[in-house]
Amino acid sequence: MAIIASKIKPQSGEFAANASHMQALVADLRAKIDTICEGGGAAAQQRHLDRGKLLPRQRVDALLDPGSPFLELSQLAAYEVYGENVPAAGVITGIGRVAGRECLIVANDATVKGGSYYPLTVKKHLRAQAIAQQNGLLCIYLVDSGGANLPRQDEVFPDRDHFGHIFFNQANMSAEGIPQIAAVMGSCTAGGAYVPAMADESIIVKNQGTIFLGGPPLVKAATGEVVSAEELGGADVHCRTSGVADHYAQNDLHALELVRRAVARSNRLKPAQLDTAAALPPRYPSEELYGVIPTDTRTPYDVREVIARVVDDSDLDEFKALYGTTLVCGFARIHGYPVGIVANNGILFGESAEKGAHFVELCAQRKIPLVFLQNITGFMVGKQYEAGGIAKHGAKMVTAVACAKVPKFTVLIGGSFGAGNYGMCGRAYDPNFLFMWPNARISVMGGEQAAGVLATVKRDQIERAGDSWSSEQEQAFKQPTIDAYEHQGHPYYASARLWDDGVIDPAETRTVLALAISASLNKPIAETRFGVFRM
Amino acid sequence: MFSKILIANRGEIACRIIRTARAMGVKTVAVYSDADATAQHVLLADEAVHIGGSASRDSYLKGDRVLAAALQTGAQAVHPGYGFLSENAQFSELCSANGVVFIGPPVGAIEAMGSKSAAKQIMEQAGVPLVPGYHGSDQSPATLKAAADQMGYPVLLKAVAGGGGKGMRQVWASDQFDEALAAAKREALNGFGNDDMLVEKYLTQPRHVEIQVFCDNHGNAVYLFERDCSVQRRHQKVLEEAPAPGMSEPLRRAMGEAAVKAAQAIDYRGAGTVEFLLDVDGSFFFMEMNTRLQVEHPVTELITGEDLVEWQLRVADNQPLPKAQSELTLRGHAVEARIYAEDPDNEFLPATGALSYLRTPAESAHVRVDSGVVEGDQVSVFYDPMIAKLIVWDEDRERAIDRLTNALRDYRIAGLTTNIDYLYRIADSAPFRAADLDTRFIERHNQLLVETPRTQLTVEQQLAIVAALVAEPAAPVASAAGDADCSPWQASGDWRLNYRHRRHTAVAVDGCEYRIATELADGAIHWQADGGEQHVTGTLSCQRSGDQLQLVIDGQRSSASVYRAGQQLTVFSAAGSFTASLVAPDLGDTDSTDAGGGLLAPMNGTVVAQLVEPGVDVEAGTTLMVMEAMKMEHAIKAPSAGRVAEFYFSPGELVSGGAELLDFSAAE
Repeated sequence: MAIIASKIKPQSGEFAANASHMQALVADLRAKIDTICEGGGAAAQQRHLDRGKLLPRQRVDALLDPGSPFLELSQLAAYEVYGENVPAAGVITGIGRVAGRECLIVANDATVKGGSYYPLTVKKHLRAQAIAQQNGLLCIYLVDSGGANLPRQDEVFPDRDHFGHIFFNQANMSAEGIPQIAAVMGSCTAGGAYVPAMADESIIVKNQGTIFLGGPPLVKAATGEVVSAEELGGADVHCRTSGVADHYAQNDLHALELVRRAVARSNRLKPAQLDTAAALPPRYPSEELYGVIPTDTRTPYDVREVIARVVDDSDLDEFKALYGTTLVCGFARIHGYPVGIVANNGILFGESAEKGAHFVELCAQRKIPLVFLQNITGFMVGKQYEAGGIAKHGAKMVTAVACAKVPKFTVLIGGSFGAGNYGMCGRAYDPNFLFMWPNARISVMGGEQAAGVLATVKRDQIERAGDSWSSEQEQAFKQPTIDAYEHQGHPYYASARLWDDGVIDPAETRTVLALAISASLNKPIAETRFGVFRM
Repeated sequence: MFSKILIANRGEIACRIIRTARAMGVKTVAVYSDADATAQHVLLADEAVHIGGSASRDSYLKGDRVLAAALQTGAQAVHPGYGFLSENAQFSELCSANGVVFIGPPVGAIEAMGSKSAAKQIMEQAGVPLVPGYHGSDQSPATLKAAADQMGYPVLLKAVAGGGGKGMRQVWASDQFDEALAAAKREALNGFGNDDMLVEKYLTQPRHVEIQVFCDNHGNAVYLFERDCSVQRRHQKVLEEAPAPGMSEPLRRAMGEAAVKAAQAIDYRGAGTVEFLLDVDGSFFFMEMNTRLQVEHPVTELITGEDLVEWQLRVADNQPLPKAQSELTLRGHAVEARIYAEDPDNEFLPATGALSYLRTPAESAHVRVDSGVVEGDQVSVFYDPMIAKLIVWDEDRERAIDRLTNALRDYRIAGLTTNIDYLYRIADSAPFRAADLDTRFIERHNQLLVETPRTQLTVEQQLAIVAALVAEPAAPVASAAGDADCSPWQASGDWRLNYRHRRHTAVAVDGCEYRIATELADGAIHWQADGGEQHVTGTLSCQRSGDQLQLVIDGQRSSASVYRAGQQLTVFSAAGSFTASLVAPDLGDTDSTDAGGGLLAPMNGTVVAQLVEPGVDVEAGTTLMVMEAMKMEHAIKAPSAGRVAEFYFSPGELVSGGAELLDFSAAE
């Protein structure tokens, strides 16, 4: 037992100021998500309902085990990216329980641009499949989409990580034994037709679902044949004649029931692979996190205050507590699952990096999942540190993190700058899941630092030419860079581009991590083989 | 004392006898039929012997087999309980002839009381009061009137050859006699061609008051006071209590002494009950004598503190009665309610099936439950559908009734229909509380009992509890997950990332369909129900542990328990129970091929007849088969025009409720 003793004073003015700042950020996030949940808007939703179809979120709700959670992914995808509004990039993805099994669900939202695939729709769909593959999650596709967004075909069709990769993933996941189940609940045209066709089992809704490579307009243009969509690729054609679909559904609810049955008979067992314990809540309320995090990301605070509000019983068994103290490493449990926590508590020094590498190696050896809490401005710089080999110490940590085959979970709780992002398992290090808090910032370095670097170069140029540069001029030069970094480093900007899997309310970090850890355990934890460590 | 006795009975009474025998250090042997192989009395007894088929006539009524079981196991005595062989003189003789003690009265006493008319003659000779009447052959109006005047009004005129109420007249005063007699005679003549009349004292408000008596082989006889069993339905006792409300000491003594006299008149031994009708004026009249332990004996035990089964065993063992009359005292008030598997809303049709959910009130010095079943047991078609007896005691009648109503609310059964709620309505009714008793109590107050709401929960309260139930996570699906013990997927409710989930469920409560929306936030359930004229919203929280719910509904704390079978929820609370059913989602017109063309048995029963030939065309509504269950016939009818392809059961075969009876194919 190593219970963290919190030193936070919830009655203090500072706490209240912090809390109101964070609460405003969370309120803004929730307001944005509420709008996104409305999909293509009331009118489009009503048209959809009038056709006797359920809305995509209703479909997901009806599919899930009643009263069970849904860990939605990439809610902010395509947020303010295209000149037009494409809520959630027109597709809902997430993990939920169906017939007692954790499944990855992809549901097109036909109320958003007919469910067509924008570049970020493709990216979101592929990210969902990558999560399914990495975590061994059965895939369910609720198809209702017109296919690729034709005006943007150059950004969705030709490249490796474009539309075609969806079917590549389906084939390869099926080969790995991860069931692929598709329900056609609307259009499923051209390339989209391969989603059900490539599925292990497919379901189609009568008078709603259609599957064809070329729709009636294309058929007419190509051959002059006049045919209705239902005749061309409806449920009767595909269940009775073509064999493209396997199960005939009377309506949306029936289709979802058939999906549930398909999942129930999948004969998939989740392996027991961790020494779990009964889940205990943290000793401090999660909501206190609002008051823990300073309003200014540069203000230092003890990250143990965060850990105390995330892990079971606020119990953190620290590793090397007295060494490399700017990185907190320790063993804890989240909802009963044992985890190794790696959390920044200041800038990374050589010792902290070595400690991190050691701890990651330890967890990989013991097959304990790793949770990274990122709040990092970077590795220490300066003559003394370069001479001390900060680069090789950093490299050791990056190697350990890159090679560790245990499930990895990263939460950006503050700054995520430079090589610190690498050592702390940034997106490039393929954590199973990566989430951001609404106060977090991500960029190659801080805006101030970047502007400073650029200003120094500029000043050198100006002064070499014998001119002078006033501090006002310098500030005016720096401001656009600072603004750009602030804009591009914002969590919404990051999440819109799928640099993470979602922006989350700090108070829900524990729930999100618990669900994600549970999901990751659907795949057996592999043996780790590390690369060469530079000693 | 005997070292081993055999109990020739089943159910609660067998269990009850075993309990006393065990306390006295007497070993017990149970007997059982096919249907009772794992029944409680079999499990409780030290030994058990199988004696035949499920039907009583093949087992519990087979005296020779019971006796053989006693001889085989070395039991020295047989306790017959009540019913079955308890008043069977032949069986009693058979036991004696084989050197086995029959725990009951001598053969002569059984025989004497076996015939009601003979019994009345004996009692008349012994000076035990009978309902006054004139049964003479002198039919002159003056003689009849004189007889009426002598016995006092009101009187009842009955046609000797009569029946069905014809030729019957109540006469309330002497001056109305002649006119009533003339009318009755006319009716009798028209109806039966015989206008001979008899005159009987008409008891306007008779109560059923019976006296518990006990006699030993040493000339001792006592009465253990009275029981009032006036609350009856078609001569079946529903509630019994002791002492009788309003009973005066002199009357108690008079009735007790009359009962002892009756017992002595037939040289009685052991436990017996003398039943009287008690009129409002305090006059009482002999009805019959039951030569066995009564179902309702526990109320006497609770007010006297005596164990009547122990007394029976001692008397059978030739010991003197444990107490003399002067040592017997009466303390407090006891009430018994008979819990039956029957449907008060459907002419008290016996119910059969599994006791899928069974919670009994906590037993204490105030609450006693005599039961022979546990959760999961079947109430079969073979035997009396009594599930248990609930007996309460307290210092006075008012408090005893409060104990009873509370205990009835805590008696929670789902899976089959019971009369518990009906018993509650009687016990809690103003006339019962006011002891406004007579044998027509239920008849007189039927309207009140029917109109009393089944539950004191308002629709809003019912909907709130249903909302709490539908907001629950689904039961964990067995997924063989290695982390099932701590899965956050089970523990997080219907959590959603960055927004609140609103869950919609369609539920039917009391015949009305509601759409219930629930939202979980801050540990509370925010709910809204719409349906019919109702639009209800509220906030509640619910802690569930097994079947128990701890609720806080709009700030008010309460508890309930719930049983769920498929889509059907049964909720029990201190304010009554109710059922709700979750409306199945609309899955469209799924192919009806798997619904099958068969017809299902409505309940457990026996096939009586096949009324059509297989392969012959029949019209819709034609009776295809007749089943009998609980002495009621059920016609299985053609759902449409068509033909029976095959019958799956032959006449005489037993069928379980829900079984497919036949293969019916509808005409094209």
